[in-house]
Amino acid sequence: MDSKIKLPQIIITAFMAGLFVLAALLGMDIPELISGSFTKFVMNGVLVLAMIPMINAGVGMNFGLPVGIVAGLLGMCMAIQLRMTGIAGFLGAVALSVVPAVILGLIYAKILNMVKGKEDIAAIFIGYSFIPIMNFVWTVAPFTNREMLYPVGAEGLRPKISLENYFGSVLNELFVLKLGKISVPLGLLLAYAAVCLLVYGFFKTKSGSVMLAVGENEKFCQLSGIRIDRVRTTAIVLSTVIGAAGICVYAQTYGFVELYNAPLSHSFPAVSAILIGGCIGRQAKISHAVLGTYLYQTIYLLSAPIANAILIPQMSEIVRMIITNGIILYAFLKQERRRRQ
Amino acid sequence: MMKKVRKDELIVPVTFIVFSILCFFLSGISFMFLAEQVALRFIRNIILVLALIFPIMAGMGLNFAVVIGTMITQASFIIVLNFNLTGGRGAALVLAVSLVAAAGVGCVIGRLLNKVRGREMVTSIVVGFLANYIYQLIFVAGFGTVIHVFNKKLVLSTGIGVKNMVDLKTFKEVFDNLGVFRIGEAKISMLLLAMIIVCGFFVFYLMRTPLGQKIRAVGMSEGKSANIGIDTDRIRVIVIVLSTVLAALGQFVYLQNIGSLNVYTEHLDTEKFACAALLAGGASIRKAGVKNAFIGVVLLHTLFVLSPLAGRNAFANASLGEYFRSFVAYGIIAFALVVNLRLERKGE
Repeated sequence: MDSKIKLPQIIITAFMAGLFVLAALLGMDIPELISGSFTKFVMNGVLVLAMIPMINAGVGMNFGLPVGIVAGLLGMCMAIQLRMTGIAGFLGAVALSVVPAVILGLIYAKILNMVKGKEDIAAIFIGYSFIPIMNFVWTVAPFTNREMLYPVGAEGLRPKISLENYFGSVLNELFVLKLGKISVPLGLLLAYAAVCLLVYGFFKTKSGSVMLAVGENEKFCQLSGIRIDRVRTTAIVLSTVIGAAGICVYAQTYGFVELYNAPLSHSFPAVSAILIGGCIGRQAKISHAVLGTYLYQTIYLLSAPIANAILIPQMSEIVRMIITNGIILYAFLKQERRRRQ
Repeated sequence: MMKKVRKDELIVPVTFIVFSILCFFLSGISFMFLAEQVALRFIRNIILVLALIFPIMAGMGLNFAVVIGTMITQASFIIVLNFNLTGGRGAALVLAVSLVAAAGVGCVIGRLLNKVRGREMVTSIVVGFLANYIYQLIFVAGFGTVIHVFNKKLVLSTGIGVKNMVDLKTFKEVFDNLGVFRIGEAKISMLLLAMIIVCGFFVFYLMRTPLGQKIRAVGMSEGKSANIGIDTDRIRVIVIVLSTVLAALGQFVYLQNIGSLNVYTEHLDTEKFACAALLAGGASIRKAGVKNAFIGVVLLHTLFVLSPLAGRNAFANASLGEYFRSFVAYGIIAFALVVNLRLERKGE
């Protein structure tokens, strides 16, 4: 695979630079925006990493990211129920989400292995139909911590649980480095780097290279006696676990655990981010995820105040979603062209 | 063989009937109220469901891009209202503009889907989402900036962006004055009813013409159809054009019946519910007919009307019923995908 930076990345980077110039012209606080871009980047970074194992095993884009996210939400809810706080609370939430992630991942893998070749569309609808089941669970689950429940009247967990008294922004406030006016959240970046390294390390192990081989040429691997479905299952479970950890990182930065329909809004942006980073859907590298997340999130971060300045606040969300879906469509067309060659 | 296929087709509708009966008793509402609600929803949604049949028969699966047809009709209403055209002339113009525009856009979508053979469904979803945000961009930011506003009633007080709610009563009255058909409290315009019947016959009849034969052939096997001299690319484009035009017509009937338009939310998820309805009627992602559409719309919407009421009545919580119905709608699509793809793989 050539890792040369290609035209789409150049366009997106130029667009981002243009937004920075525009922001400066509008008199916005550039150092603050740069500091914000680091937080936004890591906040969503781990969710984007959840794409990598599935893409590399040839399963396709992880449009079923909500499955992993729900596992993470379950972990965090349990941690809040047990009133875990601080860094230990955060790590506890991640640890508690691993078990549901593995179980849900196994089921998710079982279904995806039945629909080989059309995983994308199946994964989208697995996500869609799983969310109402979980809505049911959030409504009737026996959590008792008052801070998680609806204040009065309605039953069940509230849609937005504040993490303020638990582990909200524990990573963000860890080792913050001041460079002039720019503040760099070192702890957050280091945590992200650690996850990247873990994923990178996995693909250097034997089972990691088998996974890459299956993604590269499934027929050949089958002939050499590799149990394809098992490798795919491992990849899907791995993606689900990373997704669960990803939402924990997201929630601690955001300060809230968002339940109910919120998980659905993460999958398309995450898919689009890794595509922006230069992955064309056959093999995904850590660098694709890192570059893609930074570009995608920074564009979003910059467009919000600019849209406010021109008095159409909804613009930034709309433009972001046009970019998101446009990139995914572009990738589909490009993959097809490549297959025909 | 024939008998076995019929059994497969029956499983889903029978499940729906069982759940509907259960919910009916839990909800404790009168049969007349149910009939009225289902009849209204049937009139509003049936044409959109019919629009899904051609792409399925051409082997392209569920065409989630029908949502673009519905957006075109909504856009036509707003544009015609912007020129202050009301009444019968306005309604006729809306219909003409939306059908022509839908044919044009359908042509583009068809060509696009020809470039992604084998992944038409997921592409049609993404194209639908993309179109939704472009539509929002036009009406949130375009109106009052790029597009000149002639009808001040349409836009927000800032002068930029269309209001959330647009009144279509002036068009509704035209249709209601031409005679209505009453079911309980619900009024249904005769003209709209006639349109629906015509559409049903159109789809039914077209599948039996030479063009319909070609569509079936392409759906069976593209390779073989190409060998006997069918231009498969062209057939697939025609199919998507027909589908988009029917969707636009369907939304016209829907909005005429309601009499108002939620500019930014009216079309959301309509395509998924339409797919769910067709599948509820016993269709698969390889085979569907007019019969499936008619049965499916009744079954799905019966459950849709009943389940929140049943939830409220039996568990004192309407949202439980709502979760149940979204699970049914999305779950049935996931189920159909898995079952069909598995059968196909076994067949290979």
